[in-house]
Amino acid sequence: MSSATAMPQTSTPPAARAVDLTKVYGEGETAVTALDSVTVDFDRGRFTAIMGPSGSGKSTLMHVCAGLDSATSGTVYIGDVDLTRLKDNDLTRLRRDAVGFVFQAFNLVPTLSAGENITLPMDIAGRKVDREWVDTVIDTIGLRDRLANRPSQLSGGQQQRVAAARALASRPQIVFADEPTGNLDSRAGAEVLSFLRRSVDEFGQTIVMVTHDPTAASYADHVIFLADGRIVDTMDDPTAEAVLDRMKGFDGKGRRS
Amino acid sequence: MLRSAWRSLLHHKLRLVLSGIAIVLGVGFVVGTLIFTDTLNSTFTNLFADTTSDVVVTPVQEVDGRGFAGTVATMPASLLTDVQAVDGVDKAGGQVFIDGVTVVASDGEVLGTPGAPQFGSNWEDDEALTPYRLVEGRGPATAGEVALDSISAEKSGYALGDAVSLVGPQGPLAPTLVGIFRYGTSGNLAGATIAAFDTVSAQDLLLGGQDAFTEIDVVATEGVAQDTLAADVRAVTGDGVIVQTGQEAADEATAQLTQGLAFINVFLLVFAGIALFVGTFIILNTFSMLVAQRSRELALLRALGATRGQVVRSLIAESFGLGLVGALLGLAVGVGVAYGLQGLFGAIGAEIPNEGLVLLPRTVIVGLVIGIAVTVVAALAPAIRASRIPPMAALRDDIALPTRSLRLRAVAGGVLMLLGLGSMTAGAMAGGGSGSQLVGLGVVAALIGAIVVSPAIAGPLVRVIGFAYPRMFGTVGSLAVQNAERQPRRTAATASALMIGLALVSALTIFATSAKSSINVVIDRVIGAEFLVTSQAQRPFPEQVAVDAAAVPGVDVVSAVKFVPAEVNGSGAALVAVEPATLGSAITLDFASGSLAEVADDGMAVDTQTATGAGLSVGDIATVVTPGGPTEYRVTGLYEPAGLWSGYVVNRASLGSVGVDLGDSFVYVKAEDGADLAQVQDRLTAALAAFPTVQVQSQADFLAQITSSVDQVLLVMVMLLSLAILIAVLGIVNTLVLSVVERTREIGMIRAVGGLRRQIRSMVVLEALVIAVYGAVIGLVLGVWFAVALQRTLVDQGIEVLDIPWTGLLAFLVLAGAVGVLAALWPAYRAGRLNVLQAITTE
Repeated sequence: MSSATAMPQTSTPPAARAVDLTKVYGEGETAVTALDSVTVDFDRGRFTAIMGPSGSGKSTLMHVCAGLDSATSGTVYIGDVDLTRLKDNDLTRLRRDAVGFVFQAFNLVPTLSAGENITLPMDIAGRKVDREWVDTVIDTIGLRDRLANRPSQLSGGQQQRVAAARALASRPQIVFADEPTGNLDSRAGAEVLSFLRRSVDEFGQTIVMVTHDPTAASYADHVIFLADGRIVDTMDDPTAEAVLDRMKGFDGKGRRS
Repeated sequence: MLRSAWRSLLHHKLRLVLSGIAIVLGVGFVVGTLIFTDTLNSTFTNLFADTTSDVVVTPVQEVDGRGFAGTVATMPASLLTDVQAVDGVDKAGGQVFIDGVTVVASDGEVLGTPGAPQFGSNWEDDEALTPYRLVEGRGPATAGEVALDSISAEKSGYALGDAVSLVGPQGPLAPTLVGIFRYGTSGNLAGATIAAFDTVSAQDLLLGGQDAFTEIDVVATEGVAQDTLAADVRAVTGDGVIVQTGQEAADEATAQLTQGLAFINVFLLVFAGIALFVGTFIILNTFSMLVAQRSRELALLRALGATRGQVVRSLIAESFGLGLVGALLGLAVGVGVAYGLQGLFGAIGAEIPNEGLVLLPRTVIVGLVIGIAVTVVAALAPAIRASRIPPMAALRDDIALPTRSLRLRAVAGGVLMLLGLGSMTAGAMAGGGSGSQLVGLGVVAALIGAIVVSPAIAGPLVRVIGFAYPRMFGTVGSLAVQNAERQPRRTAATASALMIGLALVSALTIFATSAKSSINVVIDRVIGAEFLVTSQAQRPFPEQVAVDAAAVPGVDVVSAVKFVPAEVNGSGAALVAVEPATLGSAITLDFASGSLAEVADDGMAVDTQTATGAGLSVGDIATVVTPGGPTEYRVTGLYEPAGLWSGYVVNRASLGSVGVDLGDSFVYVKAEDGADLAQVQDRLTAALAAFPTVQVQSQADFLAQITSSVDQVLLVMVMLLSLAILIAVLGIVNTLVLSVVERTREIGMIRAVGGLRRQIRSMVVLEALVIAVYGAVIGLVLGVWFAVALQRTLVDQGIEVLDIPWTGLLAFLVLAGAVGVLAALWPAYRAGRLNVLQAITTE
């Protein structure tokens, strides 16, 4: 059993927390353990990157923590709500109200304009949009003049920035980003990552990002390394070089298994 | 590449089923129609071949003053003796066979389908000379005995030994039932009845005692050819009669019947056409979506070195396989449809003798060819478009298939609709039969035009129809509208079945309502008499009826009307023989010139339309040939035609004894002022009990009878059209399921950011609703348009009132919406059940 406390304890409770989280796909002989008793805290106002080679369970960790997938055992909290006890409708509401998402691609509904995509979670909830906050977010992503455009009229980087703005627009407790720059060139990727960074620094947003790109990870405050469904290491204030070095070590271990 | 096509087919079972259903239904409808009509033809062909002897001799039906329909053409019995003496004749028999003996069932109801013939005939014992095959009892031998065909016997409830209530040309009879027979192998002739008497009685009852026959049947001696014998017989009989071989006679009878049934074929094939048309759209739709979904896969094939031709051929092979399977299943469905049609026609009284369905090789070939051709043609355009995807697109996301502009469609559809409008306007101005044809052409043009133009207007119209959605259903509502609007071609194609179905249903309904209102208006305006005596059997009744009715206490005036076959200035027509003195208080005719009173002696009133057609005006002399011979009438008045009232109106007295035996068709009865009407009606009914076919109707009864027959026709049409609605439902289900599949990732995204299952379901249902309502609105607009054109065209034919049943049309709209919602339930459920994580990570 390996468990790692990701962060030194701080006075405020974490934005999200996984305790002894295990996820097994399939049954019997074909069973694959994607997460193996993972315990982790995602602290408020911090930008955490989850790294690891393919098949390390990093995406699964994010999906389960975000309420997109169910846990086989263990518990997941967002704030003080235990996700593993929620039915689909309550889980959906929690995602809607407390979580923001940025996926690798296809983040936007093609029939809605950029502006409408940004306010979609609140519109679906029938909640009043906090116009002032949304304007602030829009100005930060710098796409005010493209708000009326449909996603197909935006570049890939612009689409991801709109997706990031949507994730922030409802002031969620936590934003999960799944390889948000995976489909972008380095310049567009940098724009998106800078925006995420600013949202932590300026707005105190909590962000958890899955990535395999050391440069992307270097934008985070803290990096968690996963391999074979376990947390194998952590790093504070990462740089691209340091992350890359650490990754090389894990790759070797990964091959050995 | 063939293997790839086959794998792809098997891999997408759901898609296979959905697009397959459209093909199955379309082919099933065509095949069912063909089987049904082939069965009809074959049944009657066999019947006539079975029942016809080698040579048939019939009298010439003259139209020159002595041989009108209504009077019976005969040949003297001596001719039979002459024919029997001809060399090569084995045996010959004389037949008496006329339309005019009504069977009244034991419960007092007249038997047989309204309008179907009611035959009276002589009995022939020799089975070689008659199609009658005894089933029970024996043939009638003396006066006072009768045999009935088996179906009439069964339906009327008479058993051997019962007194059968009949009404012959000379009045009621009550002979004893001694035998029951089948006609040929099947038993009956689509609702007709046959009562057979011994030959002498038949001649007495049906031919006024002449020793004569209406047909002579000849059986050839072994080895003598039909045409040789026919020539020999002709040599003996001379030119006064028609001599045909059995084959010719059977062919002629079949041809006449087939012609009579042709309208059914046309009607059914129109529906089959609609089914296929809509089916083609569904297939086209499906393949467009399949190709869009698989664009990446196809592009990958291209990147791996497949040529454009190979991609196209692969998709064509796929559609060929689909078409083949669909067509084969369609053949099976077609058999079911044919049974259903038989049942439907049986239910409305036009029973068709059932000898098993006829499945010709031609039907199978047509079914397969149509199924496969339609599928392949429908798949061709998407296949070609798919082949244009550049190979490198496989590596990019969100491949957009190139789409053509809708402007061309808008223009072409608009032009077609304008042509339709022109044709309908011209038709309405021309009026009558030729006008109706123009209107029909216009309707077809306008329908096709509407289908062509539909994708161009679907977007804006959907937005208008769904304008309240965002306010009522929030974001889910606006997403639903945008989804319907996003692919106007698909929305239009999906709605097209509903559009066509509703256009036809609403046009028919409006027309039927207008017809009923018009009848009501005419009856109200024209008929002043409280009661109307008519025949249930729809054939004339003895003049004694009017005499008896006049004797009933409480009756003020009785006025009888009879129709006398005649020729006016050389063309066939019926004289309406009236009693002007009494008719005036029974009905009100609107005279443009002259008056009813002037219809005296040789005076004649003509309705304005007939007068225009015949070139007659007041003062003209018309030469009229009646069964009594030629006379002259002077046109003294012109009146406006009003429903049943049209044609040449003459004074009964002017006919003298001519047509006395024809009987009356209507007797108007006006009650005394202040009389108890219910009581008078009861007394009249009691007084006329001796005439079983005669019925006493109040004005309301009469109106109800006419309107119920209009309703019955409408019902049959609407039942057939509801099949179009069924196809519409399948089309909507098909489109929604496929578009849910297509939007999997998008739906997953909405669920991830907080869309509830319920909201996803609502989104799909609301999209279906807006599509259905779109189709219904266009359909209703077209329906009203068509009905107005038809009504304007037939104003002079008595459809003088346009009555649009708005609440009924509103009900259609609501129904269409319900159909849409119903069709959406399953796709919506599926959409709601999508696994969020799989949906957003799907390729």
